[in-house]
Amino acid sequence: MSQLAEKKNFFRKEKTWREKMEALIPGFLLLCGLLSVLTTVGIVFTLIKETASFFAEVPFVDFITGTKWTALFSEDQREFGILPLLIGSLQITLGAAVVAVPLGIGSAIYLSEYAPERIRRVIKPVLEVLAGIPTIVFGYFGVTFVTPLLRDFFPDMDFFNALSASIVVGIMILPMIASLSEDAMRSVPRNIREAAYGLGSTRLEVSLKVVLPAALSGIVASFVLALSRAVGETMAVTIIAGSTPSMSFSYLESIQTMTAFMVQASTGDISYHSLPYYSIYAVGATLFVITLTMNLLALYISRRYKEEY
Amino acid sequence: MNPTAISVKNLDLYYGEKQALKNIHVDIDERSVTALIGPSGCGKSTFLRTLNRMNDLIPNVRIEGQILIKDTDIYSDEVDVEMLRKRVGMVFQAPNPFPKSIYENVAYGPRIHGLNDKKKLDEIVERSLRGAALWDEVKDRLKDRATGLSGGQQQRLCIARALAVEPDILLMDEPTSALDPISTLKVEELVQELKKNYTIVIVTHNMQQAARISDKTAFFLNGDLIEYNDTDKLFSNPDHQQTEEYITGRFG
Amino acid sequence: MAAEELMSKHKTALNHERAFDEERKIASRVKQRRGRNRLAHGLFFLATLVGVLVLAVLLFDIFQRGWSYVTADFMNNFASRFPSRAGIKGALWGSIWLIAITAPLTFIIGVGAAIYLEEYAKKGWISTLIQVNISNLAGVPSIVFGMLGLTIFVQILALKKSVLAGGLTLTLLILPVVIVAAREAIASVPNSLRHASLAMGATRWQTIQKVVLPYALPGIMTGTILALSRAIGETAPLIMVGAATFLAFTPGSVFDEFSALPIQIYNWVAQPKEEFSNLAAAGIIVLLVILLTMNGLAIFLRNKFQR
Repeated sequence: MSQLAEKKNFFRKEKTWREKMEALIPGFLLLCGLLSVLTTVGIVFTLIKETASFFAEVPFVDFITGTKWTALFSEDQREFGILPLLIGSLQITLGAAVVAVPLGIGSAIYLSEYAPERIRRVIKPVLEVLAGIPTIVFGYFGVTFVTPLLRDFFPDMDFFNALSASIVVGIMILPMIASLSEDAMRSVPRNIREAAYGLGSTRLEVSLKVVLPAALSGIVASFVLALSRAVGETMAVTIIAGSTPSMSFSYLESIQTMTAFMVQASTGDISYHSLPYYSIYAVGATLFVITLTMNLLALYISRRYKEEY
Repeated sequence: MNPTAISVKNLDLYYGEKQALKNIHVDIDERSVTALIGPSGCGKSTFLRTLNRMNDLIPNVRIEGQILIKDTDIYSDEVDVEMLRKRVGMVFQAPNPFPKSIYENVAYGPRIHGLNDKKKLDEIVERSLRGAALWDEVKDRLKDRATGLSGGQQQRLCIARALAVEPDILLMDEPTSALDPISTLKVEELVQELKKNYTIVIVTHNMQQAARISDKTAFFLNGDLIEYNDTDKLFSNPDHQQTEEYITGRFG
Repeated sequence: MAAEELMSKHKTALNHERAFDEERKIASRVKQRRGRNRLAHGLFFLATLVGVLVLAVLLFDIFQRGWSYVTADFMNNFASRFPSRAGIKGALWGSIWLIAITAPLTFIIGVGAAIYLEEYAKKGWISTLIQVNISNLAGVPSIVFGMLGLTIFVQILALKKSVLAGGLTLTLLILPVVIVAAREAIASVPNSLRHASLAMGATRWQTIQKVVLPYALPGIMTGTILALSRAIGETAPLIMVGAATFLAFTPGSVFDEFSALPIQIYNWVAQPKEEFSNLAAAGIIVLLVILLTMNGLAIFLRNKFQR
């Protein structure tokens, strides 16, 4: 009996206190991972809770079809139609796309197909720095530089206007499109390019007819992701585009985006648990749903149409 | 004749649905060199890794049967896998020193098993490096990074590292396949030296090596142990036709 | 016979002529194609230059406006109604407090989550759930994190408009970035090193602690510093949790009210007076210097330890 116990002890060791504590570590690490799930739950909970209070007073139909947004006016003049804010965000997003998509894809093609290694090594970090500039700085640059410059061309343009904001937001999302699209293009295998060069194609033909189609899903996904960022962009549009909710879709006038309203309302002196306060959450929930849809769409595109090499 | 160090009975191993080892029976002698040979994918490496349970790291592996070391089934709940691996050391195919100093590489094992006494560690490091025939080459630069050594030196360092935890059994998985002929020779000489104190099981893709250094040889094919015999007998007059075909180079 | 021969000769000549013609056409088309390629090359290059150029103009514009305002007084004064007495001391210290809270939390939680996903998690619904969440959170607008902070930290946990509430909000905001970077760093550790450690009888945790983390640390640090430099420039979430724009003190504890560099800058940008605009530029210069220092540090770490 004692001999048997001794044999088993050969591969057996009393656990020290420290080793027993180690058994708890995976649980702690799992909790760290689950915090991300908790964050999502927290966001959804937050938005639903406060938005529910909002819709207890404002009919949902009025919210999504109303053409007037005067949430911060005195109580008898308040209207909560989100369309003007939606149009404002849409305007900025479209404008930014017009700037960023062609420039972004041009940069991506240049960096992936044309640029010599030493130029790439200079430009890539510069674009990284550009991507790391805080949005508040872009906002400042917009009102002190871009807007005055544009007003030389459009003298009638408002000081706060959608055009200037669109251009600045376009510049902000440009590095994202350039870098994600470049990644997609560079992951196209070399032998596919070589086959095309072997047939006598020029670099342009290889880029446009071989690499671009092969990397298309990644490139389109980068557009969607970047535009989702434009929708959620806050400080630059708040500073540059103003705070006038508008249905006009004019780029030369002051407008207000969803995010800009949220900032305006939070910096004002509204009290917690008032209707204007809840309206921030209703707008935030709308913003969240839109950006989440776009992000999932980007994920779907890049997965669904992933090229198998 | 030496007593048995490892006794394998009815061993089956499955990767998911696929059976990779089929009903293996082997008794491995103490203080001897046992070579495992066979074409790639035959199960020889898989078998080696069952002996210190490195297969535990692969998901969906199922093992049936028994492996007895010191009369204990190493797959029973009574066994701490860390203690098992301390007693059954392993050297891998490609040298894999840690990106630390030579000293720290060898001291790693004793440290994780709770030894922190500087003097004892010094002793163990020197003894292990001497045991791996590397001491004279590195004694003046123990603080240098191990990754700066040559491939052959790195592999002997890995052997020293394995010896430092004082195992009884040493598993070697094609330890010379990434080495040049001179380094290979050194490792082979080392194996001959080590078998005085250790039980060695070595997987090799090189039949000449098996013939040179081992006392017994096991020939695997498609997960079956075809023949297990004295090395001299297996290479001169094998009992099975498949063994003969393999060692004469007709397949594999 | 002779006539036939003549005919055939003529035909050959004609064929040669045609082939020659064809070749000339191809040659001219090649010329055209190469011309187009050169033109496109120029256009693509110009597109790339736009980003570089804007960055240069932006930096030049800001330094030109703000440089003369970055003085010792500016660094040491608190916010003021009078441009000549206004400074960024409160905002700067607020930002330092925020980073002091955010840095250790994101590091511990981010690396913890990354270790879990890379070293412990089995393929299954829990790890898929966590991964999907991380990638989605990375795309949620920062202002939405601000609303989370406002409801959960400021109100439900009753932290009020404290620097702790701000720091926790920023922590959640940059966690996905840190986790992704840490995972990449951990995944780059060769498996052979893990196996070497385990084969000596090390436990999983010993292996992580003594082999995996030391190897992955430079990559983890780089990712964390870059994420923190993003946190330091964030404005919107801090506005939502109620960072103050007008404080005459620095936080004394994590429960105190706070301001932050980008908040102070926003406040100055929103002022109509020209001097405030220049103060904003000065504040931006301070912010950018901090960011570039952090970026430089990250790049230094990456290059120094690159294997």
